[in-house]
Amino acid sequence: MDNLKKAILTSLWFMFLTFPLMVVRVNTIEKIVQWRFMNMVYVGVGAFVLSYVWRYLLAKRQIGESRDETGGGRRSFGARLLSEPRLYVPGLAALGLAALAFPLAGSMYQVNIMITALIYVVLALGLNIVVGLSGLLVLGYAAFYAVGAYTYALLNHHFGLGFWTVLPIGAGMGALFGILLGTPVLRLRGDYLAIVTLGFGEIIRLVLENWSDFSMGPSGISGIDRPSLFGMQLSVNGSTIYMYYIMIGLMLLTIFFTNRLKNSRIGRAWIALREDEIACQAMGIDKTRTKLTAFALGAAWAGLMGVVFAGKTVFVNPASFTFLESAMILAMVVLGGMGSIVGVVLGALVLILLPEFLRDFALYRMLIFGAAMVLVMVLRPQGLISGERKVYRFQAGEGSHE
Amino acid sequence: MNKVLSVTNLTMDFGGLRALNEVDLDVRQGEIVALIGPNGAGKTTFFNCITGMYDPTEGEVLVLTPGGANVRLNGMKPNKVTEIGLARTFQNIRLFSSMTVLENVMIGRHCRSRAGVLGAALRDPRTRREEQEIVDRSYALLRELGLENSVNEFARNLPYGAQRRLEIARALATEPFLLLLDEPAAGMNPQETMQLKDLVLGIRERYQLSILLIEHDMKMVMSLSDRIFVMEYGQMISEGSPAEVSRDPQVIRAYLGEDHHA
Repeated sequence: MDNLKKAILTSLWFMFLTFPLMVVRVNTIEKIVQWRFMNMVYVGVGAFVLSYVWRYLLAKRQIGESRDETGGGRRSFGARLLSEPRLYVPGLAALGLAALAFPLAGSMYQVNIMITALIYVVLALGLNIVVGLSGLLVLGYAAFYAVGAYTYALLNHHFGLGFWTVLPIGAGMGALFGILLGTPVLRLRGDYLAIVTLGFGEIIRLVLENWSDFSMGPSGISGIDRPSLFGMQLSVNGSTIYMYYIMIGLMLLTIFFTNRLKNSRIGRAWIALREDEIACQAMGIDKTRTKLTAFALGAAWAGLMGVVFAGKTVFVNPASFTFLESAMILAMVVLGGMGSIVGVVLGALVLILLPEFLRDFALYRMLIFGAAMVLVMVLRPQGLISGERKVYRFQAGEGSHE
Repeated sequence: MNKVLSVTNLTMDFGGLRALNEVDLDVRQGEIVALIGPNGAGKTTFFNCITGMYDPTEGEVLVLTPGGANVRLNGMKPNKVTEIGLARTFQNIRLFSSMTVLENVMIGRHCRSRAGVLGAALRDPRTRREEQEIVDRSYALLRELGLENSVNEFARNLPYGAQRRLEIARALATEPFLLLLDEPAAGMNPQETMQLKDLVLGIRERYQLSILLIEHDMKMVMSLSDRIFVMEYGQMISEGSPAEVSRDPQVIRAYLGEDHHA
């Protein structure tokens, strides 16, 4: 009832606010004033419905939260779905088949977009190690991406090294730069770390832009080789499809790897570091080493994807690695749910594919996109998927202390 | 009796403020020693100096490991200190709140296990064995502390008393020979405090370790400790058995102040 009253008030307020714009119209040619009262009704009804739904959803969320705090609360739908093999195995199988058949059914344009989406999935999974699991807010992730891309571009340009040779080198270079950045910022946390890494990202980009002898400046490096299939060079279409399958493979590898890491001794140390640095150290975890491992591994995935990116677009220049890129990848991690692998994959797919699907609404595309993000953050601030937890099996009754 | 911990002449300055002034303290093998004193006396600073959180300005912190080695802890990193065999709890509970109860204890096993990134990715038999051992030992510890029913709960959802016990379980998981408890009974009701006392005694029996604790609950301190050290304004003002300390006029003055005149 209270909601209803407030919704009516909101709608009245909106009608009042939009009155001069929506209702009154001075026709300067015929010199008359038009009163468009129908518009006022539309605004009123629209504002009423929206505000009512908004309040309803907020109230629902609050109930959910208080239930969460009292413990033993219901787990979110997503988390339950993930813990039931019966529910997710058929879905996963269907999804896998669809993914494999996609290049045959979709157009080249669609396949290309899917490749981009998959690249971002892997990038987001890599950043998830640093931000989601270890709680180190890194805003310059695109720098490592650039390191990988330029590693391939330069090695290919100068020495003619192929895609598959450079793939591990790119990952290694990413890891190296991760450690290089990680070492000086070991003492920093939160906002301070974010600012330093932001600066680092810009430094890398500016160096690439201005050190023309090394990186050919803003004009970039073109004519990079596409990946070859057992020494065969493929046509543009063929190599796009080939790239798609490479990305599917790399994504599966990443998911496999990050999932195992997350549930390992190292992964637990990362989460503990995120939760409480002091207690974490007091429990015998080497803070320095744990942080550097997180930086190195997170950056390694970015380096790997940089190589793929360079191989896919056959051209790199510094403009591809701006802060916007880092922010986008971070948004995927946050939107999907920090630390959750399925969540991050979903977040990346949504953030890349949603703007593409919305191309039909060209004018309102970014508006809808922004509204969707605000909605998610208000209604599910913990991300799309959260509350996953591993349930360990133990030998009840015969612990090793007995 | 062997002294597992001997602190001599420990001084800690924060800028111009001397938080600890030439403090001496020792803990013998298998002993329960209490460190008491009014608020702000420097007890927690003392703990932080021993566990590597602070690097003391002067003085010596020596431990005698069960292996028979004498180790100087000054300036060592907290995780190294824990590896050597000192484990602590915190005055204001510091659990990993969004990890499960079991995972919290498993973190304690971190420094006693070795699996690295490669092991995590490949999950070879050795890593799997180690992981299972971590889980089993952690569960056994939880059962001992009466937390076996909330193994898969998030740590933040535990009631206060259980969180305190979980902190002790987590500390025990690091296999310490000296357990440092920072106000373990803070915020507990008398009944919980009694249970805690039995728990601490039980832990000593079972794991053959020495315990140094900071506590304000005098009833618990007097009935539990073998020896008591009293601090005031960063200085050690008294030490001895509970009976001795409770008769010491300096201690009575420090604690009761006005009451002394009455």
